[in-house]
Amino acid sequence: MWRDGVLVAGKDLRIELRSRVVLNQVAPFSVVVLVLFALALGPSRAPIAQAAPGLFWVTLLFATVLAVQRSVAVESTEARDGLRLSGLDPAGIFLGKTAAVAVELAALEVLLGAGVLLFYGVHVRSVATLVAAAVFGTLGLAASGTLYGALAGGLRVRETLLPFLLLPVVAPVLLAGTRAWQAALGQGSTGTDPWMALLVVFAAVYLALGVVLFGPLQEAA
Amino acid sequence: MAPAVLFRAAVALAGRFPALAGVDLVVAPGDVVVLEGPNGAGKTSLLRAGAGLLAVTEGEAVVLGHDLRRDRVGVRRRVGLLGHDAALYDDLTVAENVRFALRSRAGRAGCRSGTAARGADEALERLGLVGRLRDTPAGRLSAGQRRRVALAVLVARGPELWLLDEPHAAFDEGGRLVVDEIVRDAAGEGAAVVLASHEPAMSAPLATRIVSMAGGRVVSEIDLGRRQATGGGAAVDPEAPVRGGVHVA
Amino acid sequence: MTVAPWSRRTTLVVRAVGIAALVSVVATLWLGIWVTPPDQVQHDLVRLVYVHPPIAWVALYLAFGTAALASILWLWRRTRSPMWDRLAASAVEVGAVFTALTLVTGSIWGRPTWGVWWAWDARLTSTALLLVMLLGYLALRRVPGDPDARARRCAVAAIIAAVDVPIVHFSVVWWRTLHQGATVLNANLSPTIHGSMAWTLLLGFVAFTLTFVWMLAQRMRIETLSQQLEGAELDEALQERWAEGAPAAASAPARAGAAEAAP
Repeated sequence: MWRDGVLVAGKDLRIELRSRVVLNQVAPFSVVVLVLFALALGPSRAPIAQAAPGLFWVTLLFATVLAVQRSVAVESTEARDGLRLSGLDPAGIFLGKTAAVAVELAALEVLLGAGVLLFYGVHVRSVATLVAAAVFGTLGLAASGTLYGALAGGLRVRETLLPFLLLPVVAPVLLAGTRAWQAALGQGSTGTDPWMALLVVFAAVYLALGVVLFGPLQEAA
Repeated sequence: MAPAVLFRAAVALAGRFPALAGVDLVVAPGDVVVLEGPNGAGKTSLLRAGAGLLAVTEGEAVVLGHDLRRDRVGVRRRVGLLGHDAALYDDLTVAENVRFALRSRAGRAGCRSGTAARGADEALERLGLVGRLRDTPAGRLSAGQRRRVALAVLVARGPELWLLDEPHAAFDEGGRLVVDEIVRDAAGEGAAVVLASHEPAMSAPLATRIVSMAGGRVVSEIDLGRRQATGGGAAVDPEAPVRGGVHVA
Repeated sequence: MTVAPWSRRTTLVVRAVGIAALVSVVATLWLGIWVTPPDQVQHDLVRLVYVHPPIAWVALYLAFGTAALASILWLWRRTRSPMWDRLAASAVEVGAVFTALTLVTGSIWGRPTWGVWWAWDARLTSTALLLVMLLGYLALRRVPGDPDARARRCAVAAIIAAVDVPIVHFSVVWWRTLHQGATVLNANLSPTIHGSMAWTLLLGFVAFTLTFVWMLAQRMRIETLSQQLEGAELDEALQERWAEGAPAAASAPARAGAAEAAP
């Protein structure tokens, strides 16, 4: 399973390196979203700064939808058959694709995070919390996204169905991530522990679900 | 000898449409069966069902000892399917695509000892994919070249059952000769080959049997009596009913 | 040829459940509206307690739980049967109705207390998310295609959503309760229950559970009939397919002779 995962992750990342879709399309999109939010909430800095953590995570959620769509689109109908025929362990395929999406999102987050800090003018109190929340949140997003991507994968209505299916499910990540980041930026009065715990649990649960359910899902193509 | 493929009254659905409406077919190792018939007769569906991609919902379907109605996943690594479109990743080069396809099966070779898996390089060379072509992204290849890559993967793998969907299509004259050679070699080593063709005249010289399909069923069979070595000229399973067929001794 | 999906006994049982449901709902309403006393704080508004919590319970636990359990039973090879798929789909659909009702009754209940039609109360929010997830399931179900693939997709979707429900719930509860500076929106809607109110509440639970079961049974019946219709369509399609092949079969001997001559 792990070897298959590494193989698939490598393949997906190599494709991304060649085609640069995430770099050239998803990243600029995310930056545009940040700017739009600022336009909507501004021009005074205060409301924007206060909303910054939430805006980061919302933007990240949208970016996840795009990244997952891309991850699914890489497997054309024939390639999907090819994957089924390849004898690769479905759990490994799931982990590989999740890992690839997670890496892409991580790169995006560095960019977004810098953007938020710059544009929205906030001061960081605890970098460790920021990073930890981002890491586990990303894992959770990538895992649930890949799983739903497989669910909606072969369907012609995938583009419109996927966001509808995915976003409600990852709402807890948005909540928890925002609260954690608020604490890390010195805003809000909630502690970080319950939120971090939630992010970890979410990631663990969806990784486990994906490993178990990806196989049966592939057969529904 | 156990047949490589055994279908009896097999029904397979694509959505609500019965792609296979009761197929009877037996293929022995070393056989080269040519499926012919009009468009929509179910040739591609039969190949896909044989590869475990299309679920058989009624009847009997056993491929290489795997009961497809219970477990159609396990059979896939022992079967090689060449579809209409090559399952390649457009952004990866030919060499990378082949490497990915072959690494997926490392350590899981289910091929019989007689059918030695050839090296990837040898296979690529045999199909004329040399030099700069190997580093070309698959998206830039022509349809014929893409099929060559897919076929090269099959040759490198050496499966026990070859399912080829119109193997001559998109190939130029030289390519077609290579395909014929490959089919003969595979059958000679004891693999079973089933190929679908729109132009039976081109594939007839290869065939040991020609099976006609229409409306999702097998309508007739002609045994050309040319069996390849290995199996020792094993006859077609006598239990299998041959529908409306003409057996030539 | 279609066969009635239910035996005589099943039909009778379902009818009995339906009647019991109707009677108990009416009784609940009567007791709730006329017999039980108004609350000190919430006055007549408290009467919603006989309706809202039971409906919420049915939606969140009964409907969702049934759908999730049925989905697991379908996915697990050993217990796979089309009935589980039908059960899951029916439970989700009826559950969606109950969830929407939960939101409506909850909103009505909250309006006088909060002054707004909607508030980001923990329960309302997580219930709203749940409703969207259920609608997503129903959207998946409507996608045309192979019934087996559809059942598989939906079963997985149901399980994923079911796993998410507690996560969503906790996250939203923490969101509300840990956030200091919350205003009047935190007002507790739960009144103290005693005496005749307790019995009425219990009756309410029973009443809506029976209603759910009855609606579930009816929905499953529709689903069974609809799948029978699909089966009949399949038979027709098979006939048509064979008819396609008939002319080819007739000309087969001629072609056989030609091919024989060729090599």
